Amino acid sequence: MTAEAWTYLVVTITFLFYLYIGWKSRVRESAGFYVAGHGVPALANGAATAADWMSAASFISMAGLISFMGYDGSIYLMGWTGGYVLLALLLAPYLRKFGKYTVPDFVGDRYYSSTARVIAAITAIFVSLTYVAGQMRGVGIVFSRFLHVEIEVGVFIGMVIVAFFSVLGGMKGITWTQVAQYSVLIVAYLIPAFAISNYLTDIPVPQAAFTFSDIIPRLNTAHISLGFAEYTAPFANKSHLDVLCTTLALMVGTAGLPHVIVRFYTVPSVRAARYSAGWALLFIALLYTTAPALAAFARLNLLDSLHGKSLEEIQRLDWVRSWQSTNLLAFTDKNGDSLLTVGPGPAFLMNGKTPLFDQPDTTNHNEVYFDPDIVVLSTPEVAGLAPWVIALVAAGGLAAALSTASGLLLVISSSIAHDIYFRLVNPHADEAHRVFVGRIMVVASILVAGYFGINPPGFVGEVVAFAFGLAAASFFPIIILGIFTTRTNREGAICGMLSGLIFTTTYIIGCQFFGMKPWLFGISAQGIGTIGMLLNFAVTSIVSRLTAPPPAEIRQLVESLSIPAHPGPAVILDEGTE
Amino acid sequence: MDENHDAQLKKYHRANRRLIATLLIVWGFVSLGCAILFVVPLNKITLFGVPFGFWMAQQGSIFCFVILIFIYALRMDRLDHNYHADE
Repeated sequence: MTAEAWTYLVVTITFLFYLYIGWKSRVRESAGFYVAGHGVPALANGAATAADWMSAASFISMAGLISFMGYDGSIYLMGWTGGYVLLALLLAPYLRKFGKYTVPDFVGDRYYSSTARVIAAITAIFVSLTYVAGQMRGVGIVFSRFLHVEIEVGVFIGMVIVAFFSVLGGMKGITWTQVAQYSVLIVAYLIPAFAISNYLTDIPVPQAAFTFSDIIPRLNTAHISLGFAEYTAPFANKSHLDVLCTTLALMVGTAGLPHVIVRFYTVPSVRAARYSAGWALLFIALLYTTAPALAAFARLNLLDSLHGKSLEEIQRLDWVRSWQSTNLLAFTDKNGDSLLTVGPGPAFLMNGKTPLFDQPDTTNHNEVYFDPDIVVLSTPEVAGLAPWVIALVAAGGLAAALSTASGLLLVISSSIAHDIYFRLVNPHADEAHRVFVGRIMVVASILVAGYFGINPPGFVGEVVAFAFGLAAASFFPIIILGIFTTRTNREGAICGMLSGLIFTTTYIIGCQFFGMKPWLFGISAQGIGTIGMLLNFAVTSIVSRLTAPPPAEIRQLVESLSIPAHPGPAVILDEGTE
Repeated sequence: MDENHDAQLKKYHRANRRLIATLLIVWGFVSLGCAILFVVPLNKITLFGVPFGFWMAQQGSIFCFVILIFIYALRMDRLDHNYHADE
């Protein structure tokens, strides 16, 4: 069987499997729809959180980015894992104890304010929408890479699948599908990684090969001889301060992202919330510690098999032939010696992020262009694996994109249906009506996300910084202060959220779209969320001290959050008309 | 709520905050410290040929994160048990 036939087969089987799970876990009550009835075991919630968290970008692009950035790629590795420590220690157990449905629920109740609730709901919608557009695009790209269908068709298929299990099952359907999707994506990532590790270093475990084999020293030597900075040398692309700020912004942003936080409402107890954060990070770490190893293997393999070779010679390599045809890999001959030279600088002139393949960039000697995505995509072929492994990688990429998209869509729909419609517009809506509105909103947000997936705004790549920056600058400080201090009040939280949001938004928009210089110590748009967070902390604390303290019942609520954990539901599940 | 209970609760809070603070210091030290702030001097030390600061940034800190969360969960189990919160 060809790789393509295998891919159709494996993708169809996994999709039928997800649909089956979605059908089995359909729900009728709003507690089931929004928080899976608080009934998800810690281990399963960990797997679901990991699938929710790891997107198509983590699966397909991250190893490639690290391969190009060397040390500086660590901002993603640490930034997208370190936040779970903050979640586990500072947020998840307390929010579980509080035990409502959404992040705006906490903000609105803790700060006894509809204004705060609305600001939080709108921020949650905006953050999730910027993120989900990229995921739908990711679904389309995976389809087009592996099955050679149009990106639009791929996006449409993805929309139908996600709609099926999230409309029927809400959070419950999404959770159990995500558990299945995690299993698919991690197996799909690890099999080729183990194979290539064994092929290049004779040590099958990638993490061990990264540490104990001579791969890193060889890579450093190769880099120096070709005129690159050492692979392990820090701050080649970003300044010291910017690496620090970006890592911290990604960590804090992770801990503040609504679709991650809400997962910890679904477990049965405070104790389960703690363990579930641990399981989630363990599952994520499996991929995140493999990625840098994969990055190093791919880098060395590309340099070794391409530099100084003739074009005819490399055409004999299967992976070169197959990826050259997709334009993810391209060659030129600048010096006319019919041998390839690899070196620093772009091989071709670039139009934004797209290379112009007929115009070599003559200001440097580099003659090889490769797209970062090739690192993960070509691994099975480089390691000489059977075609069904390529099919598995396709299914893994789709699982990563679909699971993240479904989690985000639920946050968007619950912010509109629960936080805005039920809490503010029609607080007397009955159970059936609330679930119905939730379902309508899921469909509406899938249509919007699908639209952006088919017609991506040109700046999708740039706005990812937004999601993290805004989550770091808006939610994180006021949730922490809301949990650990009784004195923080409504006025403080509203001023703090707004100042963090406005500062971060203007800085990112200025840098990305209006060519503003990163005037604040050279901190980039990616890292500015750290400063926005500090600003939010400062403003919230100062304004709270200057205005009236919160009412007595709020102080009691805050104190009750840190009382020793009691197993079982911390609050009555559904308080109906509140 | 009698006074004894309040005193117990205070002790529980203090133990809980101390645990969180200790673990967060370790968290900051391994990631922001070893892997970013002091990466240049630490890269002079190599283990099996891999510069240590770089290794911490791409492997070590992530291992530490996982361990920190499980230490927290286990220690909190014991704390909850000691204060009879798990009944």
